[in-house]
Amino acid sequence: MSVVRKTTQRPRSQRSSTPELHELVSHLREQGSQLREEWARHITEARLLTSMSKDEIFAEARSIYDNYVDVLETGAVEALQAYARDLSERIIPRGVEIHEVVGIVLLLRDVLARSLFKKYRSNFTLFNKILDVYEPATNQIAITVAVGFVQERDRIIHQQQNAIRELSTPVLPVREGLLILPIVGIIDPQRARQFTEQLLQGIRANRAKVVVIDVTGVPSIDSAVANHLVLTVEAARLLGATTIVTGLSPEIARTLVTLGVDLSKMNTVCDLRGGIEEADRALGFRVARINDSSGWEKGR
Amino acid sequence: MNDEFRVTIQSEDDILEARQEGRELGLRLGFGPSALAVIATAISELARNLLLYARNGSIICWAINREPQQGIVIQATDEGPGIPNIEAAMKDGYSTSGGLGLGLPGVRRMMDEFAIVSRHGRGTTVTAIKWKEPIPKSSSGE
Amino acid sequence: MQVPILKQGPYLIASVQAALRDADLVQLRDALTEQVGTYRTRGVIVDVTALDVLDSFACRTLSEIAGMIRLRGAQTVIVGIQPEVAFSMVQLGLKLEGVATALDLEEGLEYMNRRMKQIEQGQYE
Repeated sequence: MSVVRKTTQRPRSQRSSTPELHELVSHLREQGSQLREEWARHITEARLLTSMSKDEIFAEARSIYDNYVDVLETGAVEALQAYARDLSERIIPRGVEIHEVVGIVLLLRDVLARSLFKKYRSNFTLFNKILDVYEPATNQIAITVAVGFVQERDRIIHQQQNAIRELSTPVLPVREGLLILPIVGIIDPQRARQFTEQLLQGIRANRAKVVVIDVTGVPSIDSAVANHLVLTVEAARLLGATTIVTGLSPEIARTLVTLGVDLSKMNTVCDLRGGIEEADRALGFRVARINDSSGWEKGR
Repeated sequence: MNDEFRVTIQSEDDILEARQEGRELGLRLGFGPSALAVIATAISELARNLLLYARNGSIICWAINREPQQGIVIQATDEGPGIPNIEAAMKDGYSTSGGLGLGLPGVRRMMDEFAIVSRHGRGTTVTAIKWKEPIPKSSSGE
Repeated sequence: MQVPILKQGPYLIASVQAALRDADLVQLRDALTEQVGTYRTRGVIVDVTALDVLDSFACRTLSEIAGMIRLRGAQTVIVGIQPEVAFSMVQLGLKLEGVATALDLEEGLEYMNRRMKQIEQGQYE
């Protein structure tokens, strides 16, 4: 695996202004509203953007079209990139997918190309010259929009994953000095790291002496996560806290043993309730029922 | 504002300096406290190796962009003597013998990406990358 | 830079102030070992709250401190390891095995008091 230092290439931000380009852009601007209508019609026929209403499509079509022609004129790719990401941020939550975005951009390219043909077909030489300008520009636009969409989508996915991770690993202060960390679902390395960070911060914030990590809700773990669990227990100890792991299913216990994880380093108890009782003992609590109509439990 | 630095490791003070610069670069790049500790510790370990075992060692760090992720690259490079058996050096037992080993498996565990190239007699280059959690769009440029 | 060592009752408390150089750590080790004898200390608390990195050398020296203090008949507890530092340490494979740890100075003193009682009562962990 080699690490390559990436150098970003500065895209040309000024297209050389030729009369053909000028001609092209003027035509597209003049014919704007007509071409946009035609384009919107094609979009509907091709059954794209079905998650958006006609009005919404029209509204977006307007700004996409204007941006499209602007970029054709100026070659300012950065502006287009920014616009593409903005657009994607709006439409991705609506359920629009990459093939739709690429589809509509290509449809626009086709609609405009035909319109150019219609206008210049009597002058094939001029038409060719215009195509020489038009084709590379529109291809670049299609690519830029697609890439912008994908980048935005990836960013959103990362964000959502983080949010889910945080929600699903709450650190619960139960009694003085006792923290419970119930883990539910599949643990991936990133999630594992997050729960360790939250746990350690929680130990410090709550001055916890005992931590109960409950993995009842975890169907399986791989070696990376198992080792990570051991690291978490070790790190908690460095902060002065003992860890009790509860809810290990027979499958997970088998996995851990097979992986050679040193279970003696961990306190393991069958279930969460047993774990809490063990923790209470470790903390010097004794839970006893008092004769009281309200039935509150009193400790220590 | 710099997004890279290089520190030649010839003394202990250099280890501290490399660590500090690494932390500062990480902070500028927006890494959180956990990641900053990892960066500083990884640099410390790699730099210590350079001081103990290598000739003309340097720590070089720079920012890296691989959309949508941003990260930091930590590289430890020297001119010798080279690691005779990389496989052995990368085995865990090697490093945890009372902290006498090269600590490389540990550095690998801490970092997201890790690569090592060593030529006996020529030198070694260890390269490691730590990625940042993506930041909300409003604060990213591009 | 020397690490200040305070005497508090039967205990010695060493508060590390800033990034330590290797020589400072070694000096701390020797100073503590000596002072344990001088003051007939029962326990040593090393507070590393201010350290933002605990690498292999630092951990080895802390282990040495604990070992040497033990040979002098006293207990050691390391306190104040920050969450981020702890996490980095264990990833590096440094666990401070066999060395007692506590969250902070307050917890460290509590720990020491408990240990002293246990030892007096003839209980050994």
